[in-house]
Amino acid sequence: MIPMHYYLILSAALFFVGVYGFIARKNLLAVLISVELVLNAVEINFCVFNRYLYPQQMEGMFFSLFGIAIAAAETAVAIAIIMNIYRNLQNIDVRHIDSLKH
Amino acid sequence: MEFTLLIPALPLLCFLFLGLAGHKLCPRAAGLVGTLSMALSTALAWATACIYFFATPHAGGYEQIVPMATDWLCFSQRLVISVGVLLDPISVMMLVVITTVSLMVHIYSLGYMEGERGFQRYYAFLSLFSFSMLGLVVAPNIFQMYIFWELVGVSSYLLIGFYYTKPSAVAASKKAFIVTRFADLGFLVGILVLSYYTGTFDLGALTADKGSLVIASTAGASFMGLSVASWAMALIFMGGAGKSAMFPLHIWLPDAMEGPTPVSALIHAATMVVAGVYLVARLFPVYVFAAPDVLQMIGYIGAFTALFAAVIAVTQTDIKRVLAFSTISQIAYMMTALGVSGYGAQEGPGYMASMFHLFTHAFFKALLFLGAGAVIHAVHSNEMAEMGSLRKYMPVTNIVFLIACLAIAGIPPFSGFFSKDEILAAAFEHDKLLFGVLWVVAGLTAFYMFRLYYNIFWGRERQYHHKPHEASWMMLAPLVVLAVLTCVTGFIPFADFVSSDGAPLHTHIEWPIALSGIAVALVGIFAATLLYRRGGDLPDRIAARLGGFYRATSRKFYMDELWMFVTKKIIFRLISTPIAWFDKHVIDGTMDAIGLSAHRSSSAIKGLQSGKVQFYAWIFVVGALVIAIWQLFF
Amino acid sequence: MGTSANLILFWTLAAVIVGSSVLAVTARRMMRAATWLLFVLIGTAGLYLLLNYHFLAAVQLSVYAGGVLVLFIFAIMLTSANGDRTEPQDKRRIAPALLTSLAGAGVAVVAVMKQRFLYGAPVEGDTEINMKAIGTALMGSGKYQYLLPFEALGILLLICAVAAILIARKK
Repeated sequence: MIPMHYYLILSAALFFVGVYGFIARKNLLAVLISVELVLNAVEINFCVFNRYLYPQQMEGMFFSLFGIAIAAAETAVAIAIIMNIYRNLQNIDVRHIDSLKH
Repeated sequence: MEFTLLIPALPLLCFLFLGLAGHKLCPRAAGLVGTLSMALSTALAWATACIYFFATPHAGGYEQIVPMATDWLCFSQRLVISVGVLLDPISVMMLVVITTVSLMVHIYSLGYMEGERGFQRYYAFLSLFSFSMLGLVVAPNIFQMYIFWELVGVSSYLLIGFYYTKPSAVAASKKAFIVTRFADLGFLVGILVLSYYTGTFDLGALTADKGSLVIASTAGASFMGLSVASWAMALIFMGGAGKSAMFPLHIWLPDAMEGPTPVSALIHAATMVVAGVYLVARLFPVYVFAAPDVLQMIGYIGAFTALFAAVIAVTQTDIKRVLAFSTISQIAYMMTALGVSGYGAQEGPGYMASMFHLFTHAFFKALLFLGAGAVIHAVHSNEMAEMGSLRKYMPVTNIVFLIACLAIAGIPPFSGFFSKDEILAAAFEHDKLLFGVLWVVAGLTAFYMFRLYYNIFWGRERQYHHKPHEASWMMLAPLVVLAVLTCVTGFIPFADFVSSDGAPLHTHIEWPIALSGIAVALVGIFAATLLYRRGGDLPDRIAARLGGFYRATSRKFYMDELWMFVTKKIIFRLISTPIAWFDKHVIDGTMDAIGLSAHRSSSAIKGLQSGKVQFYAWIFVVGALVIAIWQLFF
Repeated sequence: MGTSANLILFWTLAAVIVGSSVLAVTARRMMRAATWLLFVLIGTAGLYLLLNYHFLAAVQLSVYAGGVLVLFIFAIMLTSANGDRTEPQDKRRIAPALLTSLAGAGVAVVAVMKQRFLYGAPVEGDTEINMKAIGTALMGSGKYQYLLPFEALGILLLICAVAAILIARKK
């Protein structure tokens, strides 16, 4: 059997790649893609812990399941917001959406 | 007797009506409304007097009756503030005096104030003033009295400052308000001390049974060597001294001349200044039995004020100021009479004499002021120097003014003689020194009143811009009515109705004292006739000979300057300025520092709230990492 | 399957996931980034299969790779007027982001390695969870059953659909 920490290190790598993308990218859609990466890393972790630590139960799997559904919902709303921003500002650059401040 | 509530209520309604809707009425209609409501009040007051004195059964004395009272504030089982109406001989007498004089002033003002700006406002304030004073005299408890006492202060402020475009009127109204308000502080503290110990505000309870409640509840308590009862009564007297213009709180009264002349008549004759005398009379049993030392002091203060004001009155050239100082002097007379009085028939008739003088003085002083108003109306000046020989132009005013002067000088058969004689007799029995002072004052009074009279109606012929004319009938009618009252009120057997314990008093004229009083008055009149009738330059020569004393007297013994020194130099500079500095720099500074630090720190950290989501995320991640490292390695 | 075969599969999937994710966050063209994301999602589904969560893998593929990614592609096409616009990278942001990420990854690896996990007793034989068990758990209201979250999620999805329409609608 594959040692558990292989999976954990993989998901940590995925997670921090997502974090990098979230901080470094300027395009709102790229930021959103980074968020999806982070979410994926978390869901992998849930499944791994479920499988290795509590194999008789399925909480982790269900958590991942719900996570996927919520991620879908979140993406729908976020993309709607991005569309709206694009309609108002003609671009989707993160640096421009602080115009509410001024 | 429930209808007595209407006596103060009618002027109140009238005030509300004129105050709210007055500007919609034409001036004459507003004046008529005010006058009619006051006439109704007057009729009710006379009816009350008739019922109280003649139709109510009384065996051996008049009792206090409270036809209506309702609890207003209940602090505890015993400490209750009620509002209502109290009738006893002096309050009924005051009702009659106030309403009658006020009615005369109302009628007179219809002519005097004709065409003035703010005519409706004037009548609204007159009604308020009458209401306050009527509410004051019928108060069954000392707190209601205090409320109306302050209302009197407010309405006098409004009326003295009626010509609010004149800076001197504004200054005078502020002065009157601040001085009396300062005195009222003493009154309030006195009330609180008294009610703290006795647990009641009720005047009936306080004065019942020779003030035994006060004596019993304050027994043994003393402060700085004086008993608590004395302190309380002295503080209450301070309020009375402020309203009644006793030395040294008299400074507001001469300046109150800035108001319209009928208002001066109302303030000086029937309302406001007699409030202090009334207050002392109202609490008289307490003064006599619980604080005789204070009563003694009142007598001496009164006598000193009487002499002081009479001396000043001799040198004044503004006719209203002469009358103002004569008012101070006469009110002080009443105070002295209270001071020399004992309780009950045997102990001296001072109380009765004081009330009697209050009664007669109200009419002749109103007459004097309204007469002076007619003169001022005719020549458009207050200065004696611009008057003279007016008897040819104003015969009726001349006669009524002469009657009033004779009355105040104490010449029989005019009313002033009778009341003044009672006061002199009471003083003679009690204290020879006070009697001597009052006797001298009687002479001075006769002198300065006739100096005034001769300067106005006799003396040299002046050049007038236009011929002085007799006043209109609307102004003359009240003068004639008051003149008639001045002639007849002296014959009222006053002692049968009013005495300190309610039992009728049997008095007779003490002829030796009366004759000495008449004699000194005649001397004063004779001297005035000699000096002023022809209008020669003898008075000026005498004034020059007197030098510094004359100047000091004409400057009112520098009392105003002294007060200004005390307030400006001592209180303002030594107390107020440091407090203001402390307030401005320490308290405000602390507040400013708090505000400034919030402002500074917010502008320092507002850069963090950049709206840049990724910066937030970065901070968040770094923070999470720091915590994770902390947890892992430390 | 033997352990070595599993390991080979795992390494392959790991390489796909990490490589695709790095490319997804660094790609200049958004359409390519979305494509790399698709490979990450598919790789994740492969990991689920490797862990014997077949249903989850199917959901991952159909919802994520099928649904969400289509949304992304539509959004990219709608917000890029001239097709696939290149986006200049902001140089100043890369260094702090990279540093933070590497530090975070380091901390996470150290944490994982330091931790002694108590493995549960492995289930022998077929560890796949059958659909009946999943269905019962989703629809039941007892202990370890998820009717309430399921319903809540249904309502959430409905609200999100309405909200997305409302927000994106032309005025």
